[in-house]
Amino acid sequence: MSERFFPDSMPPPMADATTLPWWKEAAKHRLVVQRCTSCQHTCLPPSPVCSECRSTESDWQEVSGRGEVYTFTRVHRPVAGNQELPFVIAVIALKGSGGVRMMSNVVGVKPEDVEIGMAVEVIWEDMSEELAVPRFRPVG
Amino acid sequence: MSGSKAQIVGVGESKYARWGKIGDVTEHALACQAIQRAVEDAGLSMDDVDGLASFAEDRNEAVFIGAELGIPRLRFGNMVWMPGGGGGCAAVANAAMAVEAGQAEVVVVYRSLCQGQFFRFGSPGMDTSGAAEPEAPTVKQADSLMIASIGFVMPYGMLMAAAAYALPTRRHMHLYGTTGDQLGMLAVTFREHASRNPRAVMGGRPMTLDDYRASPMIADPHRLFDCCLESDGACAVVVTTPERARDLAKQPVEILASEQGAPKGYGFGTFSNANVPDELYATGANEEMANRLWGKAGIGPNDVDVAQLYDHFTGCVLMQLEDYGFCKRGEGGPFIESGALSWHGGSLPTNTHGGSLSEAYIHGLNHVVEGVRSLRGESTSPVENAEVCLVTSAACVPSSAVLLGRK
Repeated sequence: MSERFFPDSMPPPMADATTLPWWKEAAKHRLVVQRCTSCQHTCLPPSPVCSECRSTESDWQEVSGRGEVYTFTRVHRPVAGNQELPFVIAVIALKGSGGVRMMSNVVGVKPEDVEIGMAVEVIWEDMSEELAVPRFRPVG
Repeated sequence: MSGSKAQIVGVGESKYARWGKIGDVTEHALACQAIQRAVEDAGLSMDDVDGLASFAEDRNEAVFIGAELGIPRLRFGNMVWMPGGGGGCAAVANAAMAVEAGQAEVVVVYRSLCQGQFFRFGSPGMDTSGAAEPEAPTVKQADSLMIASIGFVMPYGMLMAAAAYALPTRRHMHLYGTTGDQLGMLAVTFREHASRNPRAVMGGRPMTLDDYRASPMIADPHRLFDCCLESDGACAVVVTTPERARDLAKQPVEILASEQGAPKGYGFGTFSNANVPDELYATGANEEMANRLWGKAGIGPNDVDVAQLYDHFTGCVLMQLEDYGFCKRGEGGPFIESGALSWHGGSLPTNTHGGSLSEAYIHGLNHVVEGVRSLRGESTSPVENAEVCLVTSAACVPSSAVLLGRK
């Protein structure tokens, strides 16, 4: 099991048949974006239809896990028991993804040192044997 | 008044209280009370009402309201979809369309919120599995599209609106140098307006900029006083035809134009969508809709005498000021600093009731109520000779807006 940043009682992902495959890739520590096989448009969260060409065919494109902080907030109210506060929720612009961003957390750094434009990389947190959640930490 | 435009002829509300303070009557009963008061304000009887309009998954369904209020012939009932605050003005627009199309003659738009009586999203105890031993964390089944949308970001702790709308506001600060004090000045101004309004939940709680600076950080840049209240209460507005409006109790207010909007790729907005287009991210996402609204009414932002802008969070108001063209993109902070929003001498008196930040959080339908009062000269922070009022419903989510006018 990986290093832990958040308690078990963090809210779990809630998924439907469209988003569940993304979490199955995550469980294998594969960070992916959805790619339309017709026009190559990439997106998150996964969608049943491509918003650009309206194709329903897609696959998963693995990304490097590098990116930068697009925006963030330091949250001072707990969402889980025994949680360290504040914690950072951030939007990460994913490098090599065709312009896709994702919501995540920035960990491994003092919350007050997080800033927009900060270079980050994915670090997987195994919440259980079935659930891995991608967090991000500063590069280097 | 022009010929065919629907008019608002009555407004009313229940008592407004802090979250969870109204427990002795149901949310539904409160809706009935607000509707009765609005109908009475119009000089109409419940026997005249033949339509009901609401928004955002209202628990208080029209069929029950119609039955309990003894509406003799309910022939129009509809509801605008989610999100919570985005549909208030669109519900007014639906009522207007109904009376203009002859589907109904007197339609009441209503909102009642007693969230303390119900499950609250993001509240402690939300994930009560009931199991004696905590289960190992795993992916759970989403039982609705909305939960699937939020459920994709929940494992990062994204449960609170205060955090969700901090994201675009933080980016606005980064791009344009907007400051916390500018947000604070907005909150202080609305509190001043509330202090003059006996209905306001925070009416007896004056606030200075220092009080704002000392308030606890919730999700930065949002301090406690950047966040709207959570309230118990209900309000309603009565919409009818110009013919019917002619000889009623109060001066009618005309619905000059209404618009609703969700930009491409926006979804639920920054709460669950990290991929809001870059050009929209640090905005209220209302600019295109605002331009449609101005075009339809044949007027522009300079013609607005008073505004009631949906204020779930201070930054969302700041971004709306830019979306609607009251100032240039990025200049919302200095615009607030200029004192523009004050009822007394400001160039754009805004939220003269105190808004959701300081009057009450009734999903912004109370902003429509105040819009009507401000044009009737009934506001407790009156703007002299106000003829045009902009009312908006939400920002940073799919939204709606109406322009109200008095001749």
